[in-house]
Amino acid sequence: MKTGKQVKTQNTRAALRALAPYLKRHIPSFCLTLFFALLSVALTLAIPVLTGLAIDSILGVGEVDFRRILILLGIAGGAVGLNAVCQWLLGICNNKIAFEIVRDLRHDAMENIRRLPLSYLDAHPTGEIVSRVIADADTVADGLLLGFTQLWSGVLTILGTLGILIYLSPWIALAVVCLTPLSLFVARLIAGRTYSMFKLQSETRGEQTALIDEMVGGQRVVQAFRHETASQEKFDEVNERLRRHSLRATFYSSLTNPSTRAINNLVYAAVALLGALLIIFPDSGLSVGAAFSVGTLYTCLSYANQYTKPFNEISGVVTELQNAFACAVRIDALIREPSETPPPADAAVLTEAKGEVTFSHVAFSYVPERPLMRDVSLTAAPGKKIAIVGPTGCGKTTLINLIMRFYDVTGGAVSVDGIDIRDMTRESLRRNIGMVLQDTWIRHASVRDNICLGRPDATEEEMIAAARAAYVNGFVSRLPNGYDTILSEGGEELSQGQRQLISIARVMLMHPSILILDEATSSIDTRTERKIQDAFDCLMEGRTSFIVAHRLSTIEGADLILVMRAGDVIESGTHKELLAKGGFYANLYNSQFEA
Amino acid sequence: MKRVFAYLKPYRWQCVLAPLFKLLEAGFELIVPLVVAAIIDTGIENKDPVYVVKMCGILLLLAAVGFGAAVFAQYFASVAAVGFGAGVRRALFAKIQSLSYRELDSLGTATMMTRLTSDVNQAQTGVNLTLRLLMRSPFVVFGALIMAATIDGKLSLIFAAVIVLLFAVIYLIMFRTVPLYRKSQEKLDRVLGLTRENLTGARVIRAFCREEEERELFDDANNTLTRSQTYVGRISALTTPLTGVLINIATLLLIYTGAIRVDAGSLTQGQVVALVNYMAQILVELVKLANLIVTVTKSVASGKRIGGVLAMESSLAVPAVSAAPDAMAPAIEMRGVSFTYAGAAAPALSDLNFSLAPGATLGIIGGTGSGKTTLVDLIPRFYDATEGEVRVCGVPVKDYDLDTLRSMIGVVPQRALLFAGTIRENLLWGNPGATDEDLIAALHTAQALDVVESKALGLDEPVEAGGKNFSGGQRQRLTIARALVARPSILILDDSASALDYATDARLRHALREDLAGMTVVVVSQRASSVRHADLILVLDDGKVVGMGTHDKLRATCPVYEEICASQERGQGA
Repeated sequence: MKTGKQVKTQNTRAALRALAPYLKRHIPSFCLTLFFALLSVALTLAIPVLTGLAIDSILGVGEVDFRRILILLGIAGGAVGLNAVCQWLLGICNNKIAFEIVRDLRHDAMENIRRLPLSYLDAHPTGEIVSRVIADADTVADGLLLGFTQLWSGVLTILGTLGILIYLSPWIALAVVCLTPLSLFVARLIAGRTYSMFKLQSETRGEQTALIDEMVGGQRVVQAFRHETASQEKFDEVNERLRRHSLRATFYSSLTNPSTRAINNLVYAAVALLGALLIIFPDSGLSVGAAFSVGTLYTCLSYANQYTKPFNEISGVVTELQNAFACAVRIDALIREPSETPPPADAAVLTEAKGEVTFSHVAFSYVPERPLMRDVSLTAAPGKKIAIVGPTGCGKTTLINLIMRFYDVTGGAVSVDGIDIRDMTRESLRRNIGMVLQDTWIRHASVRDNICLGRPDATEEEMIAAARAAYVNGFVSRLPNGYDTILSEGGEELSQGQRQLISIARVMLMHPSILILDEATSSIDTRTERKIQDAFDCLMEGRTSFIVAHRLSTIEGADLILVMRAGDVIESGTHKELLAKGGFYANLYNSQFEA
Repeated sequence: MKRVFAYLKPYRWQCVLAPLFKLLEAGFELIVPLVVAAIIDTGIENKDPVYVVKMCGILLLLAAVGFGAAVFAQYFASVAAVGFGAGVRRALFAKIQSLSYRELDSLGTATMMTRLTSDVNQAQTGVNLTLRLLMRSPFVVFGALIMAATIDGKLSLIFAAVIVLLFAVIYLIMFRTVPLYRKSQEKLDRVLGLTRENLTGARVIRAFCREEEERELFDDANNTLTRSQTYVGRISALTTPLTGVLINIATLLLIYTGAIRVDAGSLTQGQVVALVNYMAQILVELVKLANLIVTVTKSVASGKRIGGVLAMESSLAVPAVSAAPDAMAPAIEMRGVSFTYAGAAAPALSDLNFSLAPGATLGIIGGTGSGKTTLVDLIPRFYDATEGEVRVCGVPVKDYDLDTLRSMIGVVPQRALLFAGTIRENLLWGNPGATDEDLIAALHTAQALDVVESKALGLDEPVEAGGKNFSGGQRQRLTIARALVARPSILILDDSASALDYATDARLRHALREDLAGMTVVVVSQRASSVRHADLILVLDDGKVVGMGTHDKLRATCPVYEEICASQERGQGA
């Protein structure tokens, strides 16, 4: 068993290793930051000393040394100005480092995402990866860099304060040091309490958000079943729990400021007492070094006033740093995730493929323990129409994943025009294949850009021709800005059928040697589908096509029908042959006409 | 806003007490510099250690009492703010549940979610900070000014000037940065959008070899974001140095003019120290006040948005006394019904006229977007017809109260949605009193018995939110069972078998006919085979009825219907 502390140190080490290359690029700025922070702390601490000395020159009527005051105030003014410049430059350096590191982290993460095998992307929820690239990167920047400088400034401030206090009066310094554990203790106590309360609150809040998401998202069903009262009761129960947990979290966290002030005031009173007594009894043998005066008292009091601030900052920074480290490790894992096997150095470039696709003894599994395909062999001759049917989970989509080389086979080989697809570049393979999937993908861009995705250089005429062939033209002309209408991510404003039509138009614009349609028309009504089918037939004249559909009417005309079940091809032949055989396919086919 | 503030009412005492205790704490803080001045001017001047100890005792007392007052204030503020948040959230949720489909459409799910979560949280934070700081900070700032004035009227002018200047600096920086931050946020949203697109579209991007273009798009957005953040960061980094310079320069000025006045005998050394201490208090509070103003502005905006939702009223007028259904009258009847969605240019349905006898089956068929779902949504009065009249069991739907009407109708929506809980809990939605036998019977008819039997815990099998742990086909069959458990007199199946294979679909239709004799059934489908046995089939095209009658009659007379059938039967003769 590892203790929590060990895990934390490991985390820290891993995070520092991950961040080192990014920090390296900023070493000059980073050194500047540390320098400006040092200077700023020194100047900030110097100002009360100078002011204190000035106050010592104001003793009473006729006892004011104006010359000295002016010199001191002049120096203080210079310090104030220089300090402001330092603080500003410090801020700018910090920003630059923080924002540029985030930028680089995001860039590298995205670079790798584009190269990651699809198996990784399929296995990890989108939201999780997005949160690594966006939120985690932000946390790293905020926590790490602000954290480092605050930690640095905080430590310097504490040391500087104590140093000056010791110089001014060891007794006051001793009193302050004795009270220090108290402020550490209070800061820790509140931070710890607040942390656990906030955790409880955010858990309950998460629970409530899930409930709201469900009930508001499904509000229509709720109303249809007159379930309003029941769901309100459920909501009220969670809401009441949230109220109780929030109350505690809010209350504890809001104690930070008053407690800090209380400790400060305690230190303040102690300093005032000791200081005043030191002035009243200068010969008590307690004063060491310089004589204690009202000005010194003022200096000590202004330090006391700010004393707990760096402690609070440091205790806050530690939590933030821990967060930042945890996030850094997560992004780093994404950046280092092994990418797809690169093509061999002498990889072939497939130019105009004839379109012959061969599977020889292909074996494949998504997870090693559960083999899906054991031994699949088939040949699609150039220009033929191959249909794949079978129940859900039989391996239809897998077949397509293998042709596109989204996944690599675990045994055997897939080849196009006689070349193993692992021996050619992925890009040249994919340029020869046009693909339409059931799950459409519409990006946040205009309709035109969405259609021209595969061929950004297409002319307006070509684009319109493709749109017409895919029956997109009709509904696009009813959109507010026609082809310039900006669609939202996912194309929520369109129906699933309309989104499928746009995906089809994309492919209509390309002239691939091989076409893959994976349930491409599942949400399009049968009349339109039939018309599109004609356009496809036209497009596919002389090209190889693979069609997956559960509507059997769309595949009857195929040159070869493959019936798959549990990862294997159990029947194959033309529609007529398979019907005559009276097997699995015939059963499936006939059931659709049963009343 | 008034509607939102109403939820503070139960906490009116806390709302008064919290700022009051805060002022008490601030008041004690303002006394501290005076005590220190007394220590210097009296205790040290007269070399009176007893006096000094007494004064330091007062300092400790002030600290203790101030802390006590602050704890009370924070507690009252927390109670009021959190209670307020919970009350508003509850009211919002209840309001959303009372709205009709028309209002739900206009709000949108995402908006309702934000109102209920981040907007309420923002408003709650606003209340909390307002109670704690809105009184305290100005009190300390102006209190310090007044205290300074009591010490020395003329010198307090420096205070007044510095307060004005600080306000100006903070205001100008905020005025410049707040819109810039908003812009940065938009740019971050763009980076986020592209990240998500690169993930959801990974297959398409790779299939179309778009990697290079995607890299350029992303890098571009990423760099723009960094530039924008750096720019606004550079401006907001001015706040600390500028305010610091102002306060420090004012302090130096104070010491110099103070020195002149001490020299003239109108001020003591201790009083100069007191004035300098007051100056220090101002800065801390002004910075807090500036942050507070930002938060409160955001909270007010959230409050207004919440108020907007709370002000909405359901557009469905309901009679005081519900009419009673007539079992002998036609089950469903539409007379001259047209319907236009709010904000739409063209009607979704125009001039529908039909009547369906009790116990009969109605089939509705048509292409994507032809108005099938809209038509069935009018029956349980999810929407009111824009024109014409919808009758259920002989009575206009507007004469029923919603509970009576909807309890007569079982709906199986297009999107098969289950809720987190167990299978049993989901099935009991329509009829909380149903026995296990009722549930089994409904599951049997819905062809869903095997789904339940395949699960280890049977009816108690957990269901995840949205029913994610069931396949599309399993969900559809379970939602059909859920509707059947309520034993409605009218059952509406809105394309509810689309995810079922043909064989299961056929068995389902058979079972519905066998087990539900006497129930009026409305079947919406794109499949001709699903509606061909209906007593009456409506063929919809672009919101209009283009054919009405039985399967045989329509095949002969309705070209659209004929085309639909032909497109699905191609090859049957082959």
